[in-house]
Amino acid sequence: MTDLPDHTAPKLAEKSRLRAFLDSDIFFAFKRSPIAVVSTIVVTVLVLSAIFAPLLATTNPFDSASLNLMNGFTAPMAPNAFTGETFLLGTDDQGRDVFSTILYGMRISLFVGVAAVLFAMVLGITLGLIAGYLGGWVETIIMRIADVQLTFPSILVAMLIFGVAKGITPIEYRDQMAIWVLIIAIGLSDWVQFARVVRGATLVEKRKEYVEAARLIGRKPYAIMLKHILPNVLSPVLVIATISLALAIIAEATLSFLGVGAPPTQPSLGTLIRIGQGFLFSGEWWILLFPALTLLTLALSVNLLGDWLRDALNPRLR
Amino acid sequence: MRTTSIFTLGAVLLATTSTLSAETLRWARSGDALTLDPHAQNEGPTHTIRHQMYEPLIIRDVSGAFEPALATDWAPSADDPNVWVFNLREGVTFHEGAAFTAEDVIFSFERAKQPNSDMKELIGSITEVRAVDDYTIEIVTDGPNPILPSNLTNLFMMDKDWTEANDTVNVQDFEGGEITFATTNANGTGPYILESREPDVKTVMVRNDNYWGIDQFPMEVTEIVYTPIQNAATRVAAMLSGEIDFLQDMPVQDLARVNDAEGLVVKQAPQNRVIFFGMNLGADDIEADNIDGANPLADVRVRQAMSMAINRDAIQQVVMRGQSQPAGMIAPPFVNGWTAEMDAESSTDVDGAKALLAEAGYADGFSLRLDCPNDRYVNDEAICQAAVGMLGQIGVTVNLDSKPKAQHFPLITDGQTDFYMLGWGVPTYDSEYIFNFLVHGRESDIGTWNGTGFDNDELDAKIASLSSNTDLEARNADIADIWRVVQDEQLYIPIHHQVLNWGMAENVGIEVDPEDQPKIKYFTMN
Repeated sequence: MTDLPDHTAPKLAEKSRLRAFLDSDIFFAFKRSPIAVVSTIVVTVLVLSAIFAPLLATTNPFDSASLNLMNGFTAPMAPNAFTGETFLLGTDDQGRDVFSTILYGMRISLFVGVAAVLFAMVLGITLGLIAGYLGGWVETIIMRIADVQLTFPSILVAMLIFGVAKGITPIEYRDQMAIWVLIIAIGLSDWVQFARVVRGATLVEKRKEYVEAARLIGRKPYAIMLKHILPNVLSPVLVIATISLALAIIAEATLSFLGVGAPPTQPSLGTLIRIGQGFLFSGEWWILLFPALTLLTLALSVNLLGDWLRDALNPRLR
Repeated sequence: MRTTSIFTLGAVLLATTSTLSAETLRWARSGDALTLDPHAQNEGPTHTIRHQMYEPLIIRDVSGAFEPALATDWAPSADDPNVWVFNLREGVTFHEGAAFTAEDVIFSFERAKQPNSDMKELIGSITEVRAVDDYTIEIVTDGPNPILPSNLTNLFMMDKDWTEANDTVNVQDFEGGEITFATTNANGTGPYILESREPDVKTVMVRNDNYWGIDQFPMEVTEIVYTPIQNAATRVAAMLSGEIDFLQDMPVQDLARVNDAEGLVVKQAPQNRVIFFGMNLGADDIEADNIDGANPLADVRVRQAMSMAINRDAIQQVVMRGQSQPAGMIAPPFVNGWTAEMDAESSTDVDGAKALLAEAGYADGFSLRLDCPNDRYVNDEAICQAAVGMLGQIGVTVNLDSKPKAQHFPLITDGQTDFYMLGWGVPTYDSEYIFNFLVHGRESDIGTWNGTGFDNDELDAKIASLSSNTDLEARNADIADIWRVVQDEQLYIPIHHQVLNWGMAENVGIEVDPEDQPKIKYFTMN
């Protein structure tokens, strides 16, 4: 009987946390912004359809053996001249169903985007916290590296890292490794934003009294950084992360479009656009148009969401 | 008075510009020449660029017939059946001014026989080249060689003194990545002079006004700007927007679009080129597969099964949009030794292929890597991708690795690939050329493009005897026998014969030649 209150306590806390969120300023602002609501719905639908791609897709476009070349270049909603099969959004040059390929391609684009941003975030926050808190020569080294990297366009940095990684991986593992290499390449090209913002916020926070107090009671520097400073610098990080996600998705698409990203047998949205671009003059517009629209919608909604979040979290704009 | 002089000046200027009217030909295709060294790479686009600047003794004209170039006439010697006599053209100078003589011919043949030369297979039967006088040479072969002239149409003549002065007496080691003076510079006798070259970006050539044939050929183009454009859509966009006057490697999907565009035409002809896959059947174990200690490709049944998995009609209809002819042998129909029966020997039978694989002990299939070029043949990467799917249907898992030809071809000539795509054109129009490069066992001076590891001494002896067999009927019987072995061994997996499409502005006058080797001196511009 005595452990009953323990059992119900977390439930109550959870409920009140949800309550607190629904009552919060952020959620209020969210309800009042049609752009935010629509982008959230669009992003949710796209993410869910990417996650459940195997259930929604009519074919598995990554299984080359299941493709029938004779289905190639079928127009949307029109039966193929040889096989009589009909495809919702048509097929590409290899007979792949464009609808299924977009779903699977979006999976790669989203996975690479999210993972690259997480990677950049962890790296950037860590280095930013260390630079801001410790100062001195550590700060100088980290921030000068960041400055140097900022002088190069991030897509160039990503291509450089990708090229080097491709050179050192054995050919047999290249296809499997391609996705991970992409994540690292995009992540490494993007950590600077996080590091700069976190360092700036840390410089402000570390002079505040609660940090002084924590230092006086003898907490270790890493504990102060992680437990005290980090939670207070997270809201700008959240904004950057959302905007970075849109940029990372586009970066992945750009690399794949240039033919250095996802392998042609496992196309991402960028690869699909590259393939489709070869058939624009000959009238097979659907191979390019649908993946491009999907990419546009995805990147635009994530970006709008990020913009809104930035405004909503900015006390001066409230 | 003043007005008249200005008018006179204007009239003079007008007159001079119209007679010397500068005609620039802006020319594009998918890839660049691999090198300018005349003997380093025996590759189509590379020869095509060289042909504008360098010349062999004999060339083929637009229709494919022999035409005198640096030799004015040639005939077998009346005294010795093993000797050909060539009379050289007099009064020819190289671009840098030196006179062309027999000494340069002898030097060029010696250079083309060096170990690094990629032309040595073509002249393997030549034992000696000697000068009778400055403008007559005798070529001695190791037996009577009736088809010798057809082996010389891509064998370019260099200035001996120039190579010595510039330290390029030796052929560039292309596979080893060597770059010499001759790789980026040219000094030939040809109709165009190299003005500037940035590999893979732009090559500019200007008309050689001292060319010996300047009055014999149209020579209406005064400047050639050659730009490789790898991306097919960009290539077509450049043609449609008028940035390009002449386009090779026209994407098959855009033929109608270009032909319908105002001021542009597409000309078409069957090409002397067959596209096929090669397999490493000679190794005990191959690198990039999942079978340890054995080489599945060594079993002829596996090779036959792989050939049976390929649906050539589907590739023709969808990937090539009809611009190809499915092939059953790796000789184009132009070639002596080609037969319609053998060319129809490939068939598609997925169930039969599975059964054959099971019989060979690979019922569960196996995996391997396919090396494929992506800027050489028409839709090369798309063909490879389609083949990956078709082979997947019989349980052979293929990892596709496609790359530019400059990285792809060394894999074949160095024996570093187990499964690869290759296309072969036959400038000699005779099967011996195919056998020498692709069927004869690989040795230092023969079989250099045979990446299969196939080595049959008995067959090699038969191939070697072809060059000196003067009894054409017996020679043709030998050729048929050799083809029978190649077919039965399924040495290669033939895919198709290419159809050639050239796009050009309406003012460009040229007919398509089956070797895909435009020689700009024949072009008219009006």
